[in-house]
Amino acid sequence: MKSLKELRELRETLQKEISARNSAGKPKIIIGMGTCGIAAGAREILHTVLEEIERRKLDVVVTQTGCIGMCEKEPLLDVQLPGKERITYGNLKKDDVKRIIVEHVINGNIVTDLAIARFEEGRD
Amino acid sequence: MIVYPEGVFYCHVEADDVAEIVEEHLLKGRIVERLLFKEPLTEETIPSYQDIDFYKKQHRIVLSNCGRINPESIQEYIAAGGYEAAGKALTEMTPEEVIAEVKNAGLRGRGGAGFPTGLKWELTRKTESDKKYLVCNADEGDPGAFMDRSLLEGDPHRIIEGMIIAAYAIGADEGYIYIRAEYPLAIERLELAIEQAQNLGLLGKDILGSGFDFDLHIKKGAGAFVCGEETALMASIEGKRGMPRPKPPFPSVSGLWGKPTNINNVETFANVPYIINYGAEAFNSIGTEKSKGTKVFALTGKINNTGLVEVPMGITLREIIYDIGGGMNQGKKFKAVQTGGPSGGCIPAELLDLKIDYESLQEVGAMMGSGGMVVMDDSTCMVDVARFFLSFTQSESCGKCTPCREGTKRMLEILNRICSGEGREGDLELLEELANHIKETSLCQLGGSAPNPVLSTLLYFRDEYEAHIKDKRCPANVCEGMGAVYVIDENKCVGCGMCARVCPIEAISGKPKEPYRINEDLCISCGACAAKCPVGAISQG
Ligand SMILES: Cc1cc2nc3c(=O)[nH]c(=O)nc-3n(C[C@H](O)[C@H](O)[C@H](O)COP(=O)(O)O)c2cc1C
Repeated sequence: MKSLKELRELRETLQKEISARNSAGKPKIIIGMGTCGIAAGAREILHTVLEEIERRKLDVVVTQTGCIGMCEKEPLLDVQLPGKERITYGNLKKDDVKRIIVEHVINGNIVTDLAIARFEEGRD
Repeated sequence: MIVYPEGVFYCHVEADDVAEIVEEHLLKGRIVERLLFKEPLTEETIPSYQDIDFYKKQHRIVLSNCGRINPESIQEYIAAGGYEAAGKALTEMTPEEVIAEVKNAGLRGRGGAGFPTGLKWELTRKTESDKKYLVCNADEGDPGAFMDRSLLEGDPHRIIEGMIIAAYAIGADEGYIYIRAEYPLAIERLELAIEQAQNLGLLGKDILGSGFDFDLHIKKGAGAFVCGEETALMASIEGKRGMPRPKPPFPSVSGLWGKPTNINNVETFANVPYIINYGAEAFNSIGTEKSKGTKVFALTGKINNTGLVEVPMGITLREIIYDIGGGMNQGKKFKAVQTGGPSGGCIPAELLDLKIDYESLQEVGAMMGSGGMVVMDDSTCMVDVARFFLSFTQSESCGKCTPCREGTKRMLEILNRICSGEGREGDLELLEELANHIKETSLCQLGGSAPNPVLSTLLYFRDEYEAHIKDKRCPANVCEGMGAVYVIDENKCVGCGMCARVCPIEAISGKPKEPYRINEDLCISCGACAAKCPVGAISQG
């Protein structure tokens, strides 16, 4: 990039891409992969997610994020379905991951007993 | 009906629906939405982040992206508004305007001492030199602190962006991030972030066509606490042994390789993009008269919600501990909160309503420090806490100056003696005398602040020290070996039971006319039983 203008154009393109993906694209699973998450077992959660996706032949994007602060509740995992709000699950064990994938990612129902919070659009 | 391998669960399936499921789902791979199992629940039953207690009173500026974006994607950072501030500063503002904005914002260093950031930049800017350096202090040596690590792992581009702006303001073309090797994930993400920024032309030559050049290196430290001190840190970057040197000359005049150098903490840099994007007023409307903006704390210890929190300056300790932290674990009683790590102090319950900022914490004998906050309940012995921090600073002392090297060692000897029940009359006065000398005469603030945990516990919890020394008793029952427990000689005991009656903690049991026994796990070595025994059957075993 050679100017602020180019940076702003890139930002606009990226924002459009991201919002298009969020409203119509694939379901997204986001895993908290800070040191606190990893220490609490996030790598195992990630492996379970990948295994389940492979086993069920799902078309899901898996990505990661840093520490959101609730280190007490790690490992954390978020599910974002197209057009829906992003939901955070916490204190997860391997078996919880299977439930979240079947009930929320596939069937669209939030697993309320494991859900901690949701990201509300437009609020910081 | 469940369709595998995905496990899609259809409900209320009628015979007529099956054809559609086969046609749509099995053949075309499209889910038949209208038959999906649905609970009446909606998203609204899950609380929004802003409505849960842990976040309600937080104000997230530097942590705004942490836990939201993918830290390994520069695209997500840019989409979230990233590098706009750097672009704006480099192409639309003069370095003097950038400095003025940061000064007006009232930003102060988040590495501990709280020096005004804009002023520091100005001093480095004004020193004339062909070469200047910018350094980011990511050493984070305080036990219990992990703010900088989380920031670097969760949003590395924000620190790089803050550094680009600072470098432009002071006129540096080269920067170092000094980070301990114990933070491998943070290093990995920083390395990746630097490479991504270089590839997009956000680091390197002629950034965004502004004519300004800046590039960054990572220097890994071996994890010595003293290397967080700025002059020791620069010596370490130069490949020398990490030891402090006297100031002046200050780094702004003579720093890395003798060149003017500006050094700031990770969190300090992370505040800069916000100030440039939203302006000084948006920033200085948060906080107290002298401390603006927010502070990140690593909240740990005996509370329900531990974690990383970002709060506005001026919030009370009570709000942090009870509203955000969810109160004491298992309903135990709050005893003290330690802030500022080994340089800080312990704050007692009477001061829970203290509005925290740099000055207020200093006034009560503690310190903002880098942001560790350890909450303690009544099972904690304050003498033992003071001893823990002092043993840390004592072993981390670099040994260059005598007050710190010898003085902390002597103080630690006294504390060890008090904790093992051998404290003497006059020990507390001696501790205070040593502490004040060490504070005044040490070369750097490692020694200069090492006595703080001892002084603040002496100030607020002197009775605990006295119980150790005079009564040979640890009120929190932490210090072991406070004097040996008492035992009853079965052959001498006449079974009168007087001992059991005077024992203050009911540690003695038995039947009349038979030998009594002392439960040694309970005995606090007070000696009341031995004093009462008519036949001299009880002694320290
Ligand atoms: C023993 C000792 C350890 C220190 N450790 C750190 C540290 O880990 N991180 C940090 O940012 N500052 C640390 N400091 C403070 C630095 O010397 C320096 O003041 C700070 O990096 C300046 O940045 P700021 O103005 O942004 O706060 C330490 C100071 C002393 C005396």
